[in-house]
Amino acid sequence: MFQSICEAIGKKIINGCAAAGRMSMLFMETIKRLKDADMKEVFRQMALLGADSLPIVLMTILCTGMVFSVQTAKEFVRFGAASSVGGIVAIAMARELVPVLTGVVVAGRIGAAIAAEIGTMKVTEQVDALRVMAANPVSFLVVPRFIAIVLMMPVLVVFANLIGNIGGWVVAHYYAGIGTFTYENSIKVLAETYDMVGGMIKSSVFGAIIAIVGCYKGLNAPNGAEGVGLATTASVVLSIILIFITNYFLSILLYV
Amino acid sequence: MYEKEPVIKIRKLKIAFGSKVVLDEIDLDLYPGETLAVIGPSGTGKSTVLKVMTGLLAPTSGSVVIQGREVSGFGEAEWDELRKFMGVVFQYSALFDFLTVGENVAFGLRRHFNLSEEEIQAKVTDLLQMVGLPDTAKMMPSELSGGMKKRVGLARALAMQPQIVFYDEPTAGLDPVMTMTISRLIRKTQQQLGVASLLVTHDMESAFLAADRIAMLYNGRIVQVGTVPEIKNSTNPVVRAFISGQELKKEDLNGKQ
Ligand SMILES: Nc1ncnc2c1ncn2[C@@H]1O[C@H](COP(=O)(O)OP(=O)(O)OP(=O)(O)O)[C@@H](O)[C@H]1O
Ligand SMILES: [Mg+2]
Repeated sequence: MFQSICEAIGKKIINGCAAAGRMSMLFMETIKRLKDADMKEVFRQMALLGADSLPIVLMTILCTGMVFSVQTAKEFVRFGAASSVGGIVAIAMARELVPVLTGVVVAGRIGAAIAAEIGTMKVTEQVDALRVMAANPVSFLVVPRFIAIVLMMPVLVVFANLIGNIGGWVVAHYYAGIGTFTYENSIKVLAETYDMVGGMIKSSVFGAIIAIVGCYKGLNAPNGAEGVGLATTASVVLSIILIFITNYFLSILLYV
Repeated sequence: MYEKEPVIKIRKLKIAFGSKVVLDEIDLDLYPGETLAVIGPSGTGKSTVLKVMTGLLAPTSGSVVIQGREVSGFGEAEWDELRKFMGVVFQYSALFDFLTVGENVAFGLRRHFNLSEEEIQAKVTDLLQMVGLPDTAKMMPSELSGGMKKRVGLARALAMQPQIVFYDEPTAGLDPVMTMTISRLIRKTQQQLGVASLLVTHDMESAFLAADRIAMLYNGRIVQVGTVPEIKNSTNPVVRAFISGQELKKEDLNGKQ
């Protein structure tokens, strides 16, 4: 009994390491083949990605900005720090909340779609068909999606910051009675452009994670229709975990 | 045609998935200009043979020589060179579902030939005509029936004028008339273009009509290879049972090994 548990755990760890290795190899291969990118396909993917994820990202960040403001504004006003609310909300959003939440939302929306799409191609032998027609699946499928997400994430982040701060202001103004000028000024004084640039850099890294994990899970989907489902869920779970872990290190690297 | 060096020469090829041995040290030759049919019951590894020959699956052990070069250690880039001269018809068509039927057929042409748009369109129209599907170029694969997809797959494989063509069950799921049409098309392609073809099938009629030689695969081994008349008049109990559609009995198998 004990032995079989150890065995199971050991197997999981070994498989995990092997998968990590293969994923790194896919990443290297993708970087090596970036020059093969078909720009038309990249733009098509960017358009799809933007249209698919922008509404949910905006919705998520608007609500986050609003609750964050609800929680801070009242307390800060009580301590006589009303003039800091705008800046605090803006910094927290720009550095952490927007990039991480955008990453999570895009992992759920786009990462899952990528894993499902490529997984379907794998199990219906379309990936094999690409290979025998001398079209490299990494160049053809992974590279355009990778570039599209890595470029599109910072764009999403800019819009998300905008809407998040609007949400924060609305709540601070109408719920905690903080003046518009005070709020705006507080952002100007406390927050720096670098706060948002850091967030944009983070989001690109998260985009790379989402693309590689989604493509990897899709390309390695187990055969059969249920294989696609498994690949999809696995890709979302793994991307989100990796985003949280990477975020910690990026925060230290970028802001400490 | 059998005096020449084979285009594909397989020796002691073994394929295992984990502990499951699918192909157990088989030898097989495909000669220039011939059509070799590989027959055998479902799940014996016919598609696996085809995947090894097209570089989709690496052999567990053994040697595969294609056009004089040992390919078992080839990387994807080296395979891509060879694959430019190969056409593959997949068992479940494997049409690209994000492209129209016409673009599926044009896929290889666009990538590997320097043709004008009109030339490509003309070729696509010809190829679709040839497989009996005119006027489908603008449709999406999801709008086609299984048999229609198969024929588009055939058109796509032949578009690049390959020197070696692999057909994985090209007639499964087609009506009898279409089966004969496709079998004749395979024969005609071979005669007109002089290509070497590997035809995986369990449709005996189509194998007899289209093939020069037939290899019977059973339980991971090649039970018999021979010309069509040799196979038709085979004394091997496994081959006889398979051709006549009887279930293979245990006693038959004991005589084999
Ligand atoms: N990727 C794989 N992993 C594990 N086993 C596999 C894999 N691919 C094929 N097999 C096994 O190999 C055996 C041969 O498969 P293959 O597809 O070559 O059969 P086939 O002769 O083409 O059958 P059919 O006539 O049904 O198409 C099967 O038993 C299958 O379970
Ligand atoms: Mg098969």
